[in-house]
Amino acid sequence: MNARANFLAILAAVAVLAVLPSSLSTYSVYVLCSWMVFSIAAMGLNLTLGFAGQVSLAQAAFMGIGAYTTALMTMAGIPWPLAMIAAAVECFLIGLVLGYPALRVQHHFLAFVTLAFNALVFLVLRNEEWLTGGTYGVVGIPRPSVLGFSTNQQTGFYYVVFGFFLVLSAVLYGILRSPWGRAFQALRENPIRANSLGVDIRRMTLLAFAIGSAYGGIAGGLLGQLVQFIDPNSFTLTISLKVLLMVIVGGAGYFFGPYLGALLVILMPEFLRFTEGYYLMLYALLVIVLMISCPKGLLGIVDRIKLSIKLRQNPSATAWEQGK
Amino acid sequence: MTEFIQLLISGLATGSIYALAAIGFTLLWQASQTINFAQGEFVMLPAFFVLAGMHFLGLGFGPAILLALVASLLILGLTFKRVIIDPLLPHGVLPVVIATIALGILMKESVKQFYSAEAQPFPALFSERTITVLGAVVSVQDIAVLLISLSAVGLLQFFLTGTKTGRCMQATAQNPAVAEILGVNVKRMILYTFLINAALALLASVLISPIYLAKFNNGETLGLIAFIAAIVGGFNQIRGAIAGGLLIGVIDNLAAAYVSAQYRSAIPLILLIIIILIRPQGLLGKAEGRTV
Repeated sequence: MNARANFLAILAAVAVLAVLPSSLSTYSVYVLCSWMVFSIAAMGLNLTLGFAGQVSLAQAAFMGIGAYTTALMTMAGIPWPLAMIAAAVECFLIGLVLGYPALRVQHHFLAFVTLAFNALVFLVLRNEEWLTGGTYGVVGIPRPSVLGFSTNQQTGFYYVVFGFFLVLSAVLYGILRSPWGRAFQALRENPIRANSLGVDIRRMTLLAFAIGSAYGGIAGGLLGQLVQFIDPNSFTLTISLKVLLMVIVGGAGYFFGPYLGALLVILMPEFLRFTEGYYLMLYALLVIVLMISCPKGLLGIVDRIKLSIKLRQNPSATAWEQGK
Repeated sequence: MTEFIQLLISGLATGSIYALAAIGFTLLWQASQTINFAQGEFVMLPAFFVLAGMHFLGLGFGPAILLALVASLLILGLTFKRVIIDPLLPHGVLPVVIATIALGILMKESVKQFYSAEAQPFPALFSERTITVLGAVVSVQDIAVLLISLSAVGLLQFFLTGTKTGRCMQATAQNPAVAEILGVNVKRMILYTFLINAALALLASVLISPIYLAKFNNGETLGLIAFIAAIVGGFNQIRGAIAGGLLIGVIDNLAAAYVSAQYRSAIPLILLIIIILIRPQGLLGKAEGRTV
């Protein structure tokens, strides 16, 4: 019954998102689009971090690679679906190459390697002017056209992003439900036990990281088309940390965590705009307070409340859950 | 050749400052598994304590440094540990990572809002005279910086290996549970580590600010370099952090002169990736057992 209620809630949310743009200003539609784009990036990172338990600090670098690949290819006249596929495949392969050596060693080495990788990608984007336009970036990235319809209008493009958002969410859900996805979760809960049950830890983690990176690439491709301008500063380490923040604030390892986290991180600047110069300070303070009061993210709070209600109703039956 | 010597010495001087920041980083990691992503800002901030003491309270340079030391110990040491790290540590590394990233932003933005967004000149500790050694022109400041930071490191080493408290701190770093059983006050030792980190940050700040000017966003590069230095040298060894810091300082200087100014900052990053591929425990580090 609970599952059915969840399903209905999701359907309702999708329906609302589908009709929402018609009643919103162009700018609000733009903010919604950027929420969905960053949700896709955060979903990918959630797979790496929340389910496979590895910290990646390079999601912005993958977004950058995806954005530049899509932009340069479409501007060279290659159809945009091909360019998006190329961006995703490219990020997947780079993820494999980058992750393979880093994951040989346990601990937080993937975090270190991806940190350096993000800084390197930034340097290449800035310095290789012949390809990337250097600090001036790439201007005038074309919006995709779908079945002959142009999406130069914000609402038209909204539905393209929305489509990607839905399909990629469904794919991720499918991955997590498959035996393969369950292996991810086993891995996160107890790597040694998972290993003894025959889960190849390194291969699973590597795949999770590569898929997460491909999500980053697709998000980047969409971001380029949304803003129609990209420059190296859009893909710095700070942006990677922002995506990481989305995952953690929402609740790493919760399927809906990234959506909530991205919503908060994207909307907060809009709400705090009146504070002007103090905005970033307030923002940082809020994050610290949130981390201290609820290290598991917002959905962690929801879980805690649910548990305490359950315990009140039936103290003995669910006592073991407290230990979780 | 003379140019090479000049680059080498000034590289060693900045490298020794990086080493100070990297040592603090390593100490925090050893004592409490804290990865401090605000380490760069920890080095940026004390210079502004000094400046604030001089300009708002009218103190001389010396007393202002003392005031900054007290402020650093209280804020970057005690408060940082009590308010942020203590509540978060039981929840693993990630919340600490996020909170320290946010703390870095908070420190950076506060300085920008409440002090200045412009780079501030900082009084030099030493004359800016130069002397000629073997035909190479070397600034007195570089030599002094190198000597001061190396003696600080020497003192720290002596404290850690030669005194009872220092050995208790090492025991805590190696195995807190056993140290506790043997009667070490583990909590106090961890607090000492945070205080030492704050003092090292102040020293690094006072040494580096005359060279690079004090600016609110200095921490970005400094933090990354301290991080790389710690990993390249060996994340679980103090002498690793020293070697890593000096190495990065020298390589950075030589790369800027001989390789490419554009890709100057790429060299330490590539070095980091190569080290992780070939020798993940760092140049001087010992491989750690797997922890689950």
